[in-house]
Amino acid sequence: MKKLVLALFLLSQSVHAEIEVYQFANPELELRYQTLTEELRCLVCQNQNIADSHAELAQDLRRKVYEKLNSGESNSQIIDYMTERYGDFVLYRPPFNAKTLILWIAPVLTLLIGGIGFWSLLKRHETNTNEKLSDSERASLDELLHAKMSNKK
Amino acid sequence: MKLRFLLPLGAFLVMVIFLGIGLKLDPHEVPSPLIDKPAPAFMLAQLHDPQKMFSPADMKGKVWILNVWASWCASCRQEHVFFTEFARTNPSVNLIGLNYKDESSAAAQWLAKLGNPYLVSVSDTEGSAGLDWGVYGVPETFVIDKKGIVRHKQTGPVDLTILQTVIVPLIAKLNAEAE
Repeated sequence: MKKLVLALFLLSQSVHAEIEVYQFANPELELRYQTLTEELRCLVCQNQNIADSHAELAQDLRRKVYEKLNSGESNSQIIDYMTERYGDFVLYRPPFNAKTLILWIAPVLTLLIGGIGFWSLLKRHETNTNEKLSDSERASLDELLHAKMSNKK
Repeated sequence: MKLRFLLPLGAFLVMVIFLGIGLKLDPHEVPSPLIDKPAPAFMLAQLHDPQKMFSPADMKGKVWILNVWASWCASCRQEHVFFTEFARTNPSVNLIGLNYKDESSAAAQWLAKLGNPYLVSVSDTEGSAGLDWGVYGVPETFVIDKKGIVRHKQTGPVDLTILQTVIVPLIAKLNAEAE
């Protein structure tokens, strides 16, 4: 077991070694690099961001992000550069526009429909249980209760 | 009352339709933001004559095809047959090759062996032009009109069907357009 763990550990080390290391002038720049590469999608292996991907394209895009950060470009400038070339698909967080409207409003809409359904169900339940007793019903109820009380005594 | 029982069935059918459409979509076909935009500029050395440069601006006033290829790419070999035949039967077609992240010697050898359908091939050794064109999977093929606007992008290998049903009619249409 120990050997297996060691082997797995070594294996994971060698895999990690494939991602290149960049030197940053300050920690703030490094943080921005991390956020950006985590938000950009690798188009070759589409379920990975470029921070995690070993694809050559991801490597190129990481280098591009690094170069652009160092040349003083803002996050939105870098994001624009990427979407100009690869479209909105490159973003893990899709922008709000006509094409993505359904994507953004669907959760709210579903919640709303569910909420209305639930509310009407509650309402119906309430009207079923809250029925007022008629006078004769109340009289017979009282009678029953009294009978029970006097039995106990 | 009956309608209430049909509601889950209706919801289910809507889901089936959406999932059915989802099955038919290819997630690897990312719509290119370049369509109907000016072709990104580059200035690169020609593969067979590195002293000479090529730039998309050289093609102004002509309808042309940019085919991104590499000698290391297996599906490029697959589509290459169709392009060589296409260029042989349509000598008027302006087919430009963008040799993407390749070694020039290997690329020249590949063309010598398999035939060279390209008017000119340019060496994009660093892949910088590829990046500007949004290349993410080689081979890719772009059709550019007389005004230098990208009109079509094909990701993945071109085959006879695509050539005949998409590329050829589009080129005919673009050739008829004014400059």
